[in-house]
Amino acid sequence: MSKFIWLPGALALAMSVPFSAWAATDADLAEIREQIRQLKESYEARIQALEQRLKDAETAKTKDAATTPAPPVAAALPATSSASGIAAFNPAISAVLQGRYANLSQDPSKFTIGGFAPGGDIGPGRRGFSLSESELAISASVDHLFAGNLIVSLTPENTVSVEEAYGIYTAAPYGMVPKFGRFFSGLGYMNEQHQHAWDFIDAPLAYQAFLGSQYTNDGLQLKWVAPTDQFLELGAEVGNGDNFPGSMRNKNGVGSGVIYAHTGDDIGASHSWRAGLSYLQTRAQDRQYSQFDRAGNNAQVGFNGTSHVAIADFVWKYAPNGNPLYTNFKVQGEYFWRRENGDFIYDVDGALGLTNTSAYTSRQSGWYLQGVYQFMPYWRVGARYDRLDPGHVDYGTNAAFLDAPAFHPERSTLMVDYTPSEFSRIRLQWGQSKTQVGVTDNQLFLQYILTLGAHGAHKF
Amino acid sequence: MRSSHLQWLLAALLALSGGPAAAALNVFATVPEWGALTEELGGDKVKVYTATNPLQDPHHVEAKPSLIGRARGADLVVATGAELEIGWLPLVTQQAGNPKVQAGKPGYFEAASFVPILDKPSRLDRSEGDVHAAGDPHIQTDPRNIARVAGPLSARLAELDPENAAYYQTRYKAFAERWNAAIARWEKEGAPLKGVAIVVQHKGFTYLIAWLGMKEVAALEPKPGVEPTTAHLSEVLATVQRQPVKMVLRAAYQSDRASQWIAERAKINVVVLPFTVGGDDAAKDLFGLFDDTVQRLLKGLQ
Repeated sequence: MSKFIWLPGALALAMSVPFSAWAATDADLAEIREQIRQLKESYEARIQALEQRLKDAETAKTKDAATTPAPPVAAALPATSSASGIAAFNPAISAVLQGRYANLSQDPSKFTIGGFAPGGDIGPGRRGFSLSESELAISASVDHLFAGNLIVSLTPENTVSVEEAYGIYTAAPYGMVPKFGRFFSGLGYMNEQHQHAWDFIDAPLAYQAFLGSQYTNDGLQLKWVAPTDQFLELGAEVGNGDNFPGSMRNKNGVGSGVIYAHTGDDIGASHSWRAGLSYLQTRAQDRQYSQFDRAGNNAQVGFNGTSHVAIADFVWKYAPNGNPLYTNFKVQGEYFWRRENGDFIYDVDGALGLTNTSAYTSRQSGWYLQGVYQFMPYWRVGARYDRLDPGHVDYGTNAAFLDAPAFHPERSTLMVDYTPSEFSRIRLQWGQSKTQVGVTDNQLFLQYILTLGAHGAHKF
Repeated sequence: MRSSHLQWLLAALLALSGGPAAAALNVFATVPEWGALTEELGGDKVKVYTATNPLQDPHHVEAKPSLIGRARGADLVVATGAELEIGWLPLVTQQAGNPKVQAGKPGYFEAASFVPILDKPSRLDRSEGDVHAAGDPHIQTDPRNIARVAGPLSARLAELDPENAAYYQTRYKAFAERWNAAIARWEKEGAPLKGVAIVVQHKGFTYLIAWLGMKEVAALEPKPGVEPTTAHLSEVLATVQRQPVKMVLRAAYQSDRASQWIAERAKINVVVLPFTVGGDDAAKDLFGLFDDTVQRLLKGLQ
C-alpha cells in the first residue's frame, strides 16, 4: 500500500501549475492579455511573411524544371510546431471520473449466480450513492520500437489497482503486434473494453459467471493481422493464470493460454461488423467458495482442475452513410461455453465433519444480446437480455451432498443515456435480475462518466 | 520430413504477408481530398483506399475492422494531421501491425504540417467545445493549401517508390501548372465574394473564408462540435438581423435543420458546400470541388 503514497503527491504537483495561474490578480490578467495580443500580432505578421515566402518559393519552383519536387515549405514553418522543451515529451494523460446511485430491491451482499461458481468482481455493487472506480491512464510512444500504456484504477475503498500496464513492440514485421505486461485479454468482444466504455453500467451475466466480469492476463500476447483487405487477426496469449476461472498456483511456466480469431469488414457505407471465436484454458487450485448443500448447510467447497472457456462474439453497427453523429444503431451478442474437470472437495474446512473429495465435471453455457440505438444527437436507448444455462454438472460421489443445478439465471435491462460531448455521459438504467431461485432483484442505477485530459480513441 | 513442412509453412506465411513489392504503391488516405490528390500525383502507380466518405463527419470515426485491415497493407498513410484523426488513426496504425506507417516513418504523411494553420486557440479548455489544440484542421477548403501539400506529397511518393520518381515529378509539374491556373480562375470568379458577410454552421470553412476574403459573423454551433441550440440560434438570428448577411454555409455531412431554421427567419440563402471531393455530384475531383464551391457561393450571393 505504501508504494502508492507517491500518487497523491504527484497529482498535487501536477495540478499546482494551473492553480498558480488561477491566483493571478486583475493587473496580472491585463498584462497577460496584452502579452497575448502582442503574441497574436507578431504571429500574424510572421504567418503573412511566411505565406509570402511560400508564394515566392512556389513560383520559383514551378519555373525550376530541373530539381525534384522537394518540400518547399517544410523548412519554412518552424512557427507551427508548438512542441518545445521537456514538456513536449509528456505522455497523453487522461482521467475518468465515475459515480452512481443504486436502488436495489435485494441485498447486494447476498448476490450469487445460482449454480455457478463465483469469482472475480461480480454483483451489482452497493446500494445508495457511491463513487465508482476512477481511472488514470497514461500512454505514449516509448521510443522508435515501443509504445507503453498504464491504466490505474482508484477504487472508492481508497485502494489502487493496476488495471492494465503493457508495452507494445511497434516495429515488428509481417503484421505482428507483440504486447506484454498486464492487459485485458483479447478474447470475446467486450473483454478488451474498459468498464466506462460499456453500454450498460454492469457486465453481462455471462462475463460475470464465466470470467469474473473481465479477464486480465499478466503475460504475453502476440497478434497477427492478415495481409488481406478484409480484416482478419489471430491472437495468442500466455499468462500466469492467476485470475478467475483460474487461480494463483505458485509454479513456473505458463498458467493460462488464450487463442482467438477476429474478422470484420464494412458492408456498403452504412454497415460494419466484426465476429470472433476465442478459447481460454487455465487451471484452478483450491478455488474455494461457499455453497448450500442438500441439507441446507452453507458448506465450504473447493475445486482443483482445468477450466476451458470458449466464446463466440459478433457486433454489427449501422450508421446512415457511415456518419454516426445523428443516428446510429448497434447490436452485439456473445455466447459462452465452459467446461471444467478435476477434483471437487466438499466441506473443505471440515466444519460439517463430512469432508469428501470426488471427480467433477461441468459443462455450462450462457449468452447475452444487446442493442443500443441513438435516436437523436446525444441521446441513446438500449436493451439487453442475459441468460445462463446450468448445463450438466457431475459431482461424482459428492452428489450425495450437493444437487446439480437446474435453475436458469436471467436478467433484462433497459437504459437511456445522454452524451453531450465525447467526454461526458449520464445514464439511467433499470434491470430485473433473477440470478437465484425465487429471488427477483429490481435494480435502478443513475450513473455519470466524465473523461478529462487527452482525447481517447474510438474503439470499434 | 518435418523440417520441410516447416519450410513450406514459413514460405506460405511470407508469401501471405506481402513478400516482394507489389506493382503499385498502396496508399491509405484518411479523407477524400488526400485520396484525390494522391491519385492526381500518383496516376496508375498508386492504389488509393479512402478511409472516410464525404458524408461522414471526419471527427467522428471509429477504428473499424475495415480500416485496420486496409492499414495493414498500406505503404503510405496520408492524413490531415492537426488532430483531425486523433480519435481513430493512432489506434488503427497501432492495431494494424504495419511498422511502415507508424507516425514518424516515411510511410506516414501529415498534410497539415506543410500549411500555415489558422485559428490556433489561445485558450485550451474543453469548456470551449471540441477545440483543436493544433488549430483548425480543415485545411482543404483553401486550394492554395492543396498546392502546398502537393509538392511534399509528390516528393514522398518518389521517396517510397524511387523507381518511378521521374513519373511522379512529371505528374506533379503538370498538376501544379493546371492547379495554379485554376486558382487564378477561381480567384477571378470569386472576386464578388470579397467582404461578403456569412454565417457558418460548423467552424469548418476558416481557410475558404480567408482565401476568398469573406467575413464570418457567426457560427450556428454554440461551441465547435456542439449541436446548435434554440437559445444560441436566436442570438445568431439577432446578429444576422442587425447586419446584412448573405448566406449560411454548411457541409454536406451536416444536418440541415439549424441552417434551414435561420435561413427562413433571416431570409438568407443556405449554401450547402461539398466540403471535400465527392461531397456532391459536381465535386468529382479536386478541380470539380472548387469549381462547384465557387459556383455555389456565387449563387448564394443572389
